[in-house]
Amino acid sequence: MIKFILKGLLRDKSRSLFPIITTSIGVIVTIFMYTYLKGFTEDLVNTNADFQTGHVKIVTGAYADLIEQRPNDLALIGVNDLLTEMNKQYPQIQWAERIHFGGLIDVPDKHGETKEQTYFSGMAIDLIPDDSIEHDLLQPNDSLVRGRAVSSEDEILISDELANSLSISLGDTVTLISDTMEGNMTFGNFMVVGTVRFGVTVMDRRALIADIGGVRRFLDMDDATSELLGFLPEFDDQKVDNMAADFNQKYSDNDDEFSPFMLSLLDQENLRGFFNYTNYMSSFFIAGFIMIMSIVLWNAGLMNGIRRYGEIGVRMAIGESKLHLYFAMIYEAALIGLAGTVIGTVLGLIPSYLMQEVGIDVSSALPDVGMMMSDVIRSKVTTSAYFVGFIPGLFATSLGAALAGIGILRRNTAELFEELEV
Amino acid sequence: MQNVIEIRNMTKHYPVGTGKFTALEDINLQFGKGEFAGLVGPSGSGKTTLLNIVGTLDNQSEGEVAVLGNDIRILSSRQAADMRSEHIGFIFQTYNLLPHYTVFENVEFPLILLKYPAKKRSDLVMEVLEMVGLTDKVKSKPAKLSGGQCQRVAIARAMVKKPAILLADEPTANLDVDNSHNILQLMVKMNKEMNTSFIFSTHDEKVIRYLRRKINLLDGKVASDTEQLNNDA
Ligand SMILES: Nc1ncnc2c1ncn2[C@@H]1O[C@H](COP(=O)(O)OP(=O)(O)OP(=O)(O)O)[C@@H](O)[C@H]1O
Ligand SMILES: [Mg+2]
Repeated sequence: MIKFILKGLLRDKSRSLFPIITTSIGVIVTIFMYTYLKGFTEDLVNTNADFQTGHVKIVTGAYADLIEQRPNDLALIGVNDLLTEMNKQYPQIQWAERIHFGGLIDVPDKHGETKEQTYFSGMAIDLIPDDSIEHDLLQPNDSLVRGRAVSSEDEILISDELANSLSISLGDTVTLISDTMEGNMTFGNFMVVGTVRFGVTVMDRRALIADIGGVRRFLDMDDATSELLGFLPEFDDQKVDNMAADFNQKYSDNDDEFSPFMLSLLDQENLRGFFNYTNYMSSFFIAGFIMIMSIVLWNAGLMNGIRRYGEIGVRMAIGESKLHLYFAMIYEAALIGLAGTVIGTVLGLIPSYLMQEVGIDVSSALPDVGMMMSDVIRSKVTTSAYFVGFIPGLFATSLGAALAGIGILRRNTAELFEELEV
Repeated sequence: MQNVIEIRNMTKHYPVGTGKFTALEDINLQFGKGEFAGLVGPSGSGKTTLLNIVGTLDNQSEGEVAVLGNDIRILSSRQAADMRSEHIGFIFQTYNLLPHYTVFENVEFPLILLKYPAKKRSDLVMEVLEMVGLTDKVKSKPAKLSGGQCQRVAIARAMVKKPAILLADEPTANLDVDNSHNILQLMVKMNKEMNTSFIFSTHDEKVIRYLRRKINLLDGKVASDTEQLNNDA
């Protein structure tokens, strides 16, 4: 019977062509959307993790409550001991200390008078050692536009955009005005040795990158850090949530606002919402395409049933039972779905790969919000992208045929049969 | 001898608007093994309706119909399909071959439904194609055949499973004189060799001449039921 069905499909193009095209298109769109959303989520997670949230982040309880303001007076103290403890407790996690600091950047002219002055958004990181984890996270040296890497504590990098707007040249010394951890005003001179662009709009507007050693002295933050970022070998939403809960139970003390508190990536910057949203969107798209394609294929199946009225009638007369015919039609549809899915998967992966390799630059369209996102949107072709098309491809064709075939089950054998004989 | 078909006090109504139309009324007929009988009558006299009921494609409204000892009213649609598959062959005025399948595949189809193994199918198909004289058209599609050839394929398809009953609804209506005679002679021959009961519906004089039993239907009633000895076979 399988051979019999296959022969019919191969020989009767009107039986197979339209449904195969429909299925392929549905599968192409599904795969493209799927890889796009995967790429979007992954970028969202990675960019945010690397630039600002970590997979997990340890701060003080008080700092956590006001995290948007980056209150350095509430920073973690005794970081060396904490790090030793953390390395013992969580050996698979890598840690990065960061201090966020803001203030005014003052660019003097050759007489020492203020030439330009504006706000900066500073980030102090472990910048100098060659084995610093920051070379994988922030990648300051790979992001250099002009100049060179920082090699001493009184050197800084600033965003290329900021450098241009302030007409800062490489080698210029600028004065930073900020607050110490104790809340006193502090001035410090730093030499701009390079400009950077990270490809993340939020960072590229006002960023200033300095070595954490120099900044600790500048801000009187010896053995203190505003944030301690932790990175798993690979992000896993379940793991980071569990880890944060576990940590807070062990180390956090509600009565001591300076006790450490762990935030998972999802606890920060509304990322849980985005993360869930993109996951829902994936499912929603697949479900949506199953529905749309089923309806289209259902109608195609009905047309097919009308066109093949005679064939169906004569097969019944010869002795094929209604149920057998019904399943033969579903089987036929499943074969078509399989072919359409294979074609659609191949055709869908091509633009997905392109979108992964080339991407689309959306920097000009990005609103000036705090959300960390790469300027270039890319898809991500995962192994699952090779299989995800089978869900709408096979399901929709079978469902469409199952709905269309109800007519066969209802069909009154004699009535149909008479219509054959016109 | 046991009858293959027994019809007692059978009536068939069709619902028409709010009332009903009586297509067959109080039919009493028996058909034995190996009969070569015809339902003869003008258009609308109920010939097709009767064949459909006997062929388990339709149900009577009243009375009893037994086919091969089975009361067709209590057969499920599945059981009726199985009975058609094993014991009943159909031939139609318009042939109704499957257009995308070859002559061989068309004739093979009933045997696929019966789940015969490939070798047995092939042997039976070639045997029956030999009888209808189409061994040279095995690989042809129906569109490439003449009307007479198509009807011979249809006969082969109906007879390949060696059914107990063959129902032929106006099998010659679309054929010319020569082809009609060929088809009839073929069926007479098969009727003798396989002991299948043939029941025709026809108003074609050429067919009527071959019948051994002629049942006249008029307005849904049996007007006469006579044996004929003067057939050409
Ligand atoms: N499904 C139906 N609904 C209502 N009336 C029907 C139906 N099928 C047949 N009839 C009526 O029943 C009567 C007998 O029809 P039937 O098709 O059996 O005649 P027939 O003898 O085969 O005619 P023909 O020689 O034209 O094929 C006709 O009057 C027809 O209009
Ligand atoms: Mg008729």
